[in-house]
Amino acid sequence: MATTTIAPATASTYRGGLYEWLTTTDHKKIGIMYVISSFIFFLIGGLLALGVRTELAQPGLQFVSNEGIYNQLFTMHATVMIFLFVIPMLAGFGNYVVPLMLGAPDMAFPRINALSLWLLPLGGILLLSSFLLGGGAQAGWTSYPPLSEDRPLASTGYGQDLWIVSLILIGTSSILGSINFLVTIFKMRAPGMTLFRMPILVWTVLVTSVLVLMATPVITSALIMLFIDRNYGGHFFDPATGGSAVLYQNIFWFYSHPAVYVMVLPAMGMISEILPVFSRKPLFGYKAFIFATAGIGALGFSVWAHHMFTTGAVFLPFFSLMTFLIAVPTGVKFFNWIATMWRGQLTFSTPMIFALGFLTMFLIGGINGAFSASVPVDFALHDTYWVVAHLHYVLFGGSVMGVFAGLYYWFPKMFGRMLDETLGKVQFIIMFIGLNLTFFPMHMVGLAGMPRRIADYANSGWTDLNLLATIGGFTIAASMLPFIWNVFVSLRSGKIAGDNPWEANTLEWATSSPPPPYNFDHLPEIRSERPLFDLRHGKTGH
Amino acid sequence: MTADSHALTTTGHGPVATAGHGPATAGHESRGGISNPILGMLLFITSEVMFFAGLFGAYFSTRAAHSPWPPDKFAGTLNPIGLILIATIILVMSSVTCQLAVNAIRRGDRTAFMRNIAVTFILGIVFLIMQMYDYSVLFGEGLTMDAGPFGTTYYTLTGFHGAHVFGGVIMLGVVLYRGTAGQFSARHHDAVEAASLYWHFVDVVWIILFSVLYLLP
Repeated sequence: MATTTIAPATASTYRGGLYEWLTTTDHKKIGIMYVISSFIFFLIGGLLALGVRTELAQPGLQFVSNEGIYNQLFTMHATVMIFLFVIPMLAGFGNYVVPLMLGAPDMAFPRINALSLWLLPLGGILLLSSFLLGGGAQAGWTSYPPLSEDRPLASTGYGQDLWIVSLILIGTSSILGSINFLVTIFKMRAPGMTLFRMPILVWTVLVTSVLVLMATPVITSALIMLFIDRNYGGHFFDPATGGSAVLYQNIFWFYSHPAVYVMVLPAMGMISEILPVFSRKPLFGYKAFIFATAGIGALGFSVWAHHMFTTGAVFLPFFSLMTFLIAVPTGVKFFNWIATMWRGQLTFSTPMIFALGFLTMFLIGGINGAFSASVPVDFALHDTYWVVAHLHYVLFGGSVMGVFAGLYYWFPKMFGRMLDETLGKVQFIIMFIGLNLTFFPMHMVGLAGMPRRIADYANSGWTDLNLLATIGGFTIAASMLPFIWNVFVSLRSGKIAGDNPWEANTLEWATSSPPPPYNFDHLPEIRSERPLFDLRHGKTGH
Repeated sequence: MTADSHALTTTGHGPVATAGHGPATAGHESRGGISNPILGMLLFITSEVMFFAGLFGAYFSTRAAHSPWPPDKFAGTLNPIGLILIATIILVMSSVTCQLAVNAIRRGDRTAFMRNIAVTFILGIVFLIMQMYDYSVLFGEGLTMDAGPFGTTYYTLTGFHGAHVFGGVIMLGVVLYRGTAGQFSARHHDAVEAASLYWHFVDVVWIILFSVLYLLP
């Protein structure tokens, strides 16, 4: 370890007051604020989900007073989780880690970076303020017209408009962030850090940024057209006035399917940093992994209509085939991960356990997704709870597991102290049980025909499974308590981390914990994708 | 964008391996190739292309679903010969003067640069005024936003283009203002290049819009 102490002598950089945090352009502080604000929205979105689960625990209406409120609950749950938690949380990790991994002093446009951050709470407050202004949006996170149009029996009131405006703001934040990431990655790399020496996480952020850059403006256009329909008498999407509802679906999913990969690729990147470190091996098939990531990104633009099989307005064989093809690069990644662990010296620290949780749970989400890619099967499963089960295994079992793996892994770098291992494992066990208890029964009620987005059901065969899912939902909520406790305790009295507590090999561990402003005094020579390994073991790196 | 490009056009030299806690740009900025602000602007324009792709997709989809197009009521309302042709020529001219300004500042000729940027700025404003006047004429003929899909698509596409022209005019205004302060030279004029790229993009969008809305049979 002695040979790796090239970190700056002075470490403490976080003495600034509130004003410093509110005005900072430091990518590390911005990244931390991204993570914190996203986590707050995660808790809010979780409470909304508990409302949904509580209502569904029994048939009949017992928790909400009418179906409209239930519609608001699930609409806002999904919107908050997708746009204010998963996407910005992963962008926050990218913000914190990418410049460090590249040996860069900051992002390419630090002030635009701050703008990207501050648009998020603005959008979030606008979105949630609708609860005080006559009720939130009710048309689901997809907001299909004519349900989302401003007319009787659809979405009158401000909720839907606030939803549109806040999503445009959040989308703008994403677009600016993606430009910032791309310029940082292409222009700010340290000498020696060629593209094919970049850590995998940086590669996934690169592909994600391309997806955001190309897809998010398209949904912005859809949202603007919907806003024009609602407020200025437009005729885009409402069939009653000469518009086309399927048009909205096409434009919406042209964004929202690539957005699925925006929500999971960086999590895959984080897993790909963590698994090699805790297996004491390099990632198996580094280049194959990169090409698989790019392949998922490219294919992601050609599968949007698999969300619209039942409209009868899309070319089924093409979109079905392309959807099945996505399984190929994803399968390549699974081989990469498993081969990385094969005969490694595995240690099961908390980040590693969450990474393994990602592998297993995401695998289930991938397999049940492939079922739905088959057109005849999808006709039966469309809009049932099967789809809800699928997307939660991917997003909760995948992305959220990845997020917690990343939190445990980089927390020592962010704050200089380790999170407690025991509490971390307790959290993992409760969360793992809770997530399977919640989402696995949804497969069964889905196959039994239970539609999504209903507040009440009469089929007594669904009751027990729904109750089980509700118990699981509260179990997941309970798993947040040890984590929050862990963070507060560890910030005060956690074990001092040191520069490189995990003996990892990427550049962020070459500087102090937390890193100083502008990150590095000195950088090691970069001759491979594992510069710190080369530094530890002399000049024998490949 | 321009404000940031100003902050980031410092040219730091020296290897990173010995860079201290210097400014954020030290050691990275000058490594050959395209500059950060210009790459940023190109990526931003990419996103704008996708935004207009969404609008054009909606336009063609709507158009294909309605026959006749334009509806009989508005047959001949959008006449390519007339005010809109003059506005089109003005916008194309402004792209030329914008490029002349860029060429001038590349040579270090600040006088020609300022003159051409000022002309571009004014032409942009003239275009916007003509578009507003054109809107008032069309309103008088009954073509409004809620006059069926034809009106909705027309105003949405031209309106968002107009908003982008307005954004470009603001960029040109900032460039003009900074030019009067003497902030640009043959070596330091990333903001000029970026603003001009954006202006050309806005011009190209208009040419496509004009062709699609006015000329396409």
